[in-house]
Amino acid sequence: MTTLQWPRSIRPVRVGGMSMRLELHALLWTVGVALIAVAVGAWSLTVGSAGLGPGDVLDALTGRADPSTTRIVVEWRLPRIVFALLGGAALAIGGCVFQSVTRNPLGSPDIIGFSSGAYTGALLVALFGTGSALGTSIGALAGGLITGIVVYVFAYRRGVTGMRIIVVGIGVSLFLGAFNTWVLTVMRREQALSAASWGAGSLNEIAWVNTVPLLIGIIVTLPILLALQESMRMLEMGDDTGRALGVSAERVRATLLLTGIALVALVTASAGPIAFVALAAPQLAMRATRTAGVRLLPAAAFGALLLVVSDLLARTVIAPAQLPVGVVTLCLGGAYLVWLLATYGKGGRS
Amino acid sequence: MTTAADGIDGRLRTHALTTGYGERKVVENLDLVVPDGSFTVIVGPNGCGKSTLLRSLARLIKPQSGTITLDGVDIATVRTKELARQVGLLPQTSVAPEGITVVDLVTRGRHPHQGMLRRWSRHDEEAVRAALERTRLTELSGRVVDELSGGQRQRVWIAMALAQETPMLLLDEPTTYLDIAHQIDVLDLCTSLHREGRTLVAVLHDLNQAARYATHLVAMRDGRIVAHGAPGDIVTAELVHEVFGVHARVIPDPETGGPLIVPHAPA
Repeated sequence: MTTLQWPRSIRPVRVGGMSMRLELHALLWTVGVALIAVAVGAWSLTVGSAGLGPGDVLDALTGRADPSTTRIVVEWRLPRIVFALLGGAALAIGGCVFQSVTRNPLGSPDIIGFSSGAYTGALLVALFGTGSALGTSIGALAGGLITGIVVYVFAYRRGVTGMRIIVVGIGVSLFLGAFNTWVLTVMRREQALSAASWGAGSLNEIAWVNTVPLLIGIIVTLPILLALQESMRMLEMGDDTGRALGVSAERVRATLLLTGIALVALVTASAGPIAFVALAAPQLAMRATRTAGVRLLPAAAFGALLLVVSDLLARTVIAPAQLPVGVVTLCLGGAYLVWLLATYGKGGRS
Repeated sequence: MTTAADGIDGRLRTHALTTGYGERKVVENLDLVVPDGSFTVIVGPNGCGKSTLLRSLARLIKPQSGTITLDGVDIATVRTKELARQVGLLPQTSVAPEGITVVDLVTRGRHPHQGMLRRWSRHDEEAVRAALERTRLTELSGRVVDELSGGQRQRVWIAMALAQETPMLLLDEPTTYLDIAHQIDVLDLCTSLHREGRTLVAVLHDLNQAARYATHLVAMRDGRIVAHGAPGDIVTAELVHEVFGVHARVIPDPETGGPLIVPHAPA
């Protein structure tokens, strides 16, 4: 009896009644990248104008430092860095879901209008409302969700196809982009400045009050997504094939999209639209781990690394001033997109 | 009116099935029995509803009225995974995920049999091994699907459906886009799967291939069944004209003795 020829270090593992195929290559990459992301995060706790060393940070974390050091590390830097790690992971997971559902590497909340819609919502709140942080968050959430629904409805014709979502999404986000620019020109100067810095995507104002909801959101949605990820993979082969393999296509897809949008919305509401993490992380992870199709957990690890590194750059490049992290991810993303377009189609999806 | 439901034993049947897309009715009031252990082939002109019928049998389209039953149970009430253990489908188009290998893709056929914690049992492995051998893909199992020829790729999709281990297999135009050698290859494979005891239902375009390979032929036109039965019993010049609007002679196939359709040459 011949044994099955498994490529890329896939190992069957059976323990009692449980069994799985362990993808060793993907597992090692995911764990490795996640560890590097955490290490970068830990190191960036020491970076800043306060001149704190690793010893001070360790003291602050274990509660042995003086109050001012503790405040800088635990109240200011830690929530922001945890947010960068979790937010990067959340954006990447959201992007992974969108790319899987649309069966297209360009399917991400950035491209399909969610980010522009969130920005529109935040701008309208700033223009007519109080401009408080909470108001901005709510405006962004509403704007993003409404845009998502509008794109879905316009793309719907006896079910939705990936290409139609993307084409409609690009159209809607161009329109909203023009509208956003116009709103900025009619605002009062200080309003426009603060709105524009939010719109660039920034972690400068992040505190525990932002980080905790994100953590809860991930704890709630991740199990749902992991339970659905096999079905998600089946649907990547086409609706008919997925259904023939026992997947309730419309129900699974709606659940996936809803949870994906929720994750992206949680990040956007606090930090503004951070570009390109959702787009790039799943694809980078897929290419590095050489899995067939995008995968949630490898994407999450890459997303966390991408955002925590971008945040570190944003804080250090023009220190003591800070760049919005969205500017850094946009630069990285532009380079990534050029690379993707240059390599896309060479042995791409048929 | 001819109904196909008279006196045939079959687990899978339709009862006064009407279905289509939106307002348009493509199949109307249709009674069909898929005889157990048959290789049923559905033929008919473009737009006659043959693919729609097949897709309804696979529950890809909901009936507008009427029902489809498997062992007497309305398939609309069966759990999706349970149905997928009974009825397999080879759709017209499937997308191979970028970079996926043959063995990885075929393994996905096990999805309806797997649970959250039981993702690769010994039986899963056996089924995949058997499906690969059955489709002569064992040697190619480590290759990336994108790099295979069209004929090989079709065999991979068939292997995935075989790994599903369903007693029934539906094939929607399995020979489209293949050259004649690969068409024969796929149809011969279907015949041997049928001889091993599976019930097969296929939609085919080529009437002569249908007549040669089918054990039970269903001829459709305008959403209705015009005739059904063994090809040797039902294929006549009149039927070919009634179904396809083509004048033809029906002569004995020199290879099999079955019906061979030879269209008239223009005068």
